[in-house]
Amino acid sequence: MAVFERTYHRYDGPLTTRRRRFLVVPRYALAAVMRSRAFVMFYLLCFLPPFAGLIMIYLRHNLSALKLLGMRLDRLREVLPIDADFFSRSLALQGFFAFLLAVVVAPALISPDLRNNGLALYLSRPFSRSEYVLGKLSVLALLISTITWVPGILLFLLQGYLEGGGWFGEQWRVLGALFAGSWVLIVSLSLLALTVSAWVKWKPVARIVLLILFFVMNAFGRVMEMALGTWWSELLSMRMVIETVWASLFGVAPPTGMPAGAAWVALLAGTLLCLGLLFRRVRAYEVVR
Amino acid sequence: MQPAAAIIELDGLAVSLGGRAVLRDLRASLAGRCIGLLGPNGAGKTTLLHTLLGFFRPSAGTARVFGKDIRTETAAIRAQMGYMPESDSFIAGMSGVRFVRLMAELSGLPPAAALERAHEALFYVGLGEARYRPVDSYSLGMKQLVKLAQALAHGPRLLFLDEPTNGLDPPARRRMLELIRGIRDGGEARVILSSHLLRDVEECCEEVLVLKAGRVAVYANLEAERRANRRLLELEVRAADGAPAAPAFAELAAALGCECAPGARQRLKLVLPDGVEARDMFRLAAGAGLQIRRLDYKRDSLEDIFLKAMEGDADGRV
Repeated sequence: MAVFERTYHRYDGPLTTRRRRFLVVPRYALAAVMRSRAFVMFYLLCFLPPFAGLIMIYLRHNLSALKLLGMRLDRLREVLPIDADFFSRSLALQGFFAFLLAVVVAPALISPDLRNNGLALYLSRPFSRSEYVLGKLSVLALLISTITWVPGILLFLLQGYLEGGGWFGEQWRVLGALFAGSWVLIVSLSLLALTVSAWVKWKPVARIVLLILFFVMNAFGRVMEMALGTWWSELLSMRMVIETVWASLFGVAPPTGMPAGAAWVALLAGTLLCLGLLFRRVRAYEVVR
Repeated sequence: MQPAAAIIELDGLAVSLGGRAVLRDLRASLAGRCIGLLGPNGAGKTTLLHTLLGFFRPSAGTARVFGKDIRTETAAIRAQMGYMPESDSFIAGMSGVRFVRLMAELSGLPPAAALERAHEALFYVGLGEARYRPVDSYSLGMKQLVKLAQALAHGPRLLFLDEPTNGLDPPARRRMLELIRGIRDGGEARVILSSHLLRDVEECCEEVLVLKAGRVAVYANLEAERRANRRLLELEVRAADGAPAAPAFAELAAALGCECAPGARQRLKLVLPDGVEARDMFRLAAGAGLQIRRLDYKRDSLEDIFLKAMEGDADGRV
């Protein structure tokens, strides 16, 4: 189909492998997201807590530097230990940023395709619904990974290097918890955000729905817990469920009385529900009964 | 000459959507370079295309595209297809060239080849200068063209065009039909053109599949029909004094091997055998001292086929 010939010719060059084709979607989506300066500013802001953690770990191992600065923080090691609790709290803080990031990015991922009948174009190619969902999911997975487990593990490795001795052996569980806990957040949060994006076509409304699902349900769960005195109502709060799961992974005290098993089951049920709702919506054409 | 291999074989294909049978027991073997899919609104044209693309699962029977079963080899079929949907379809927030490149990459082209083909496809359909503008800002006609470009960019063997001239003004419609004919005549891709406009199908297609209420009403080879129609004449013959002379001329024509039948208003319908042309009729009349006052070829073959199909419950081949 050379321009000068103005005739149609078939393509007979090499093709990319099918297994990695879903990565085309995040490549284009990330390029679109990063075009927004406001988003880039917010994204950089998400790295402030890990950066603060980095400074904290450095100073903890360089007390002479603190003395040079004139700070009397000789008891820093005892006051703020770098242990499972430190990494669990860091992950909780990064989880909040991850949620905000999902609120900003996710509504622009599926709803515009549905609104403009773009799904028929994706799915008329050798590209399945699962690959489409995986491609969209990986946009959020990539962004959230860079602010959760990637800096978390780097901080862990730095702390282990500076601490030396048997620290790695004592804290090995934290490494797995950081990675697994981050992926629990990534999968559940991304699926919830994508499901909302698939069912609510208007982006601002999708963002409001996500905020309601997170903050209002969280507050409602707390109020019900206080009123009824039972942890059952906490299952409505995604934050509480995820933090309980993290507590079980890090081996720290859970935030509420919710058993870890109940939190895992609730998370699994929520994830499956989101998957079901998502695949119900991600179709080339909707059949109107 | 060998008959062309079938590109689509419908083998008792039936599709139900929302509990309603939309396609019923479709059987046909489509082999032309450009095949028209005709039928009134709701006949099942778009559903048939969507089923062949694997969007809907057959409730009974199956179909094969280039010999591949739509039930089991959807990805392999889609890899050889380009699809231009009927409705407005695009990816928001992208320029024309970025949109077409994305679609080509999803079809498996490496990024550099996809970019090159996207530029070429957009030039080919006539969107050369508009390719850096956001697709959202395109006019209806430009959106139709960019849909065609994304269907072509990955170089498919088979193109599904669903109502490609919808909403186009006459010059844009003419341009779209020229492009379709160009693709057909190039021979690199076969075209399935779904439309409810007889003129579009007549101008581009060699074969036509007419659907009515989800069934095959007619499957006809338009080229063969046109050839046959050129052999069907209607004559008005008179003697030198102006008196009707159809029966006398019929005897003479029958001697040449023509099939004759009386028509309305004392006219004569003739089917010419091979080797006999219309000019032989004039020669015959002059030799017998008769005058041919009117000679018509049969025209509007597609319209006839379509109207006939809509009248009855036909299910077969014309």
